[in-house]
Amino acid sequence: MFLWFHRLSTAKYFFDFASRLSPWLATLAAITIAVGLYLGLLVAPADYQQGEGYRIMFVHVPSAWMSMFIYVFMAVSGAIGLIWRIKLAHLVCTAAATIGASFTLTTLVTGSIWGKPMWGAWWAWDARLTSELILLFLYLGFIALQAAIQDRNKAQQAGAILLLAGVVNIPIIHYSVLWWHTLHQSASVSKFGMPSIHPSMLAPLLLMAVGFMLLFFTILTIRARALILEYEHSSRWVQEIGESH
Amino acid sequence: MNSAFGALLKRDLLLAFRNPGDYATPVIFFVVSTTLFSFAAGTDNQLLKAIGPGVIWVAALLASMLSLDGIFRSDFEDGTLEQMLLAPAPMSLLVLAKIITHWISTGLPLVAASPLLGILMNLDSFSIAILAVTIALSTPVFSLIGAFGASLVVTQKKAGVLLSLLTLPLCIPVLIYSVSAVIAAAAELPVTGHISLLCAFLVFSLTVAPFATAGSLRMMSGD
Repeated sequence: MFLWFHRLSTAKYFFDFASRLSPWLATLAAITIAVGLYLGLLVAPADYQQGEGYRIMFVHVPSAWMSMFIYVFMAVSGAIGLIWRIKLAHLVCTAAATIGASFTLTTLVTGSIWGKPMWGAWWAWDARLTSELILLFLYLGFIALQAAIQDRNKAQQAGAILLLAGVVNIPIIHYSVLWWHTLHQSASVSKFGMPSIHPSMLAPLLLMAVGFMLLFFTILTIRARALILEYEHSSRWVQEIGESH
Repeated sequence: MNSAFGALLKRDLLLAFRNPGDYATPVIFFVVSTTLFSFAAGTDNQLLKAIGPGVIWVAALLASMLSLDGIFRSDFEDGTLEQMLLAPAPMSLLVLAKIITHWISTGLPLVAASPLLGILMNLDSFSIAILAVTIALSTPVFSLIGAFGASLVVTQKKAGVLLSLLTLPLCIPVLIYSVSAVIAAAAELPVTGHISLLCAFLVFSLTVAPFATAGSLRMMSGD
């Protein structure tokens, strides 16, 4: 098991592994998202209060979950990179950053579109919206920091340290903003025990969440492969790939 | 160990006070940018009273970000930082000395200037006192968080804007509680809760930031 992990952390093995994995992930993601969208947009009943408009939730909520998951994922991966000095973990971090930022932006945009008819405003300085916006700033800070530092190793280490500081701060930021004031409807799925959402709406929501997770790993494997090729462009096996194409 | 801390503190303070630009620029920026708001938002006393705490606070935050860029820069460029890393004294302690110097040379003048700006913004005397207290408690946190941010970009020649992008989001909680404290004071509500939380932020960042900064400086200045 450990040996397998060890081998996986070398660039070439990971490249082969990711190449074999990504078509499967892509297919599964496409199926799950298609079924999730079908159930969510056509099968699930309209909300008694928000009508048809609530259906944007099936994109908004899973993106919001992903935006937070990816940040924690990046922080864990950055910590692994710093502690065990595994280059691949840093590379995965770099590859995940823009995907996380995209999910965050998706959450903000769908949230605005949802908010306009429901709250009557595109934007409200509500706690969760604001936290999400700050999360976007944190992603942008990470991307900008990595782009600014020329030396790749240093860029990756600096990024990982920033991620760890961000992870310590996110709960503090979140609760300060929450205390500050809030308008957002409270979480309906993460409550312990029975969620306050009907199963016919919960099923597509969870399917979409799984689909987005698969989508993330699909894009991640593709981006990680591209980065490996870029970083290892002078090594022999990459040049052989270049020649065979 | 303590002698290294003291020596570094003395040297940096001496350097800071020989350079009036170092301690004068942030406080001048603070006063000028706050004054600009009265031109932009009008001179209605009630309005200024309402937006005053927020305006003064944002100006204070930006002013304390101004000089952060250079906190480790000159030491990095002339090799002093490497000597500090090699020195037997713990790096986190030396970093703390640099952060304290930074706060004395930039944060303390802001505290001194804040009552004046409170008067300009038409705040009552109790709010002004609370404003000064919150600035005194929060500017050290900005110096601590900012030093951490500066350590990440120490190898960059011009990192001012990047540094703001890195550190400003991390400063948001402090900003929220500081402004809430002043607003609560203006409404004659109790402020001890806010002040306690600000103290908690200060203690927390004082505990964590020097170690994080020292660690990241070690990584960034190594090969």
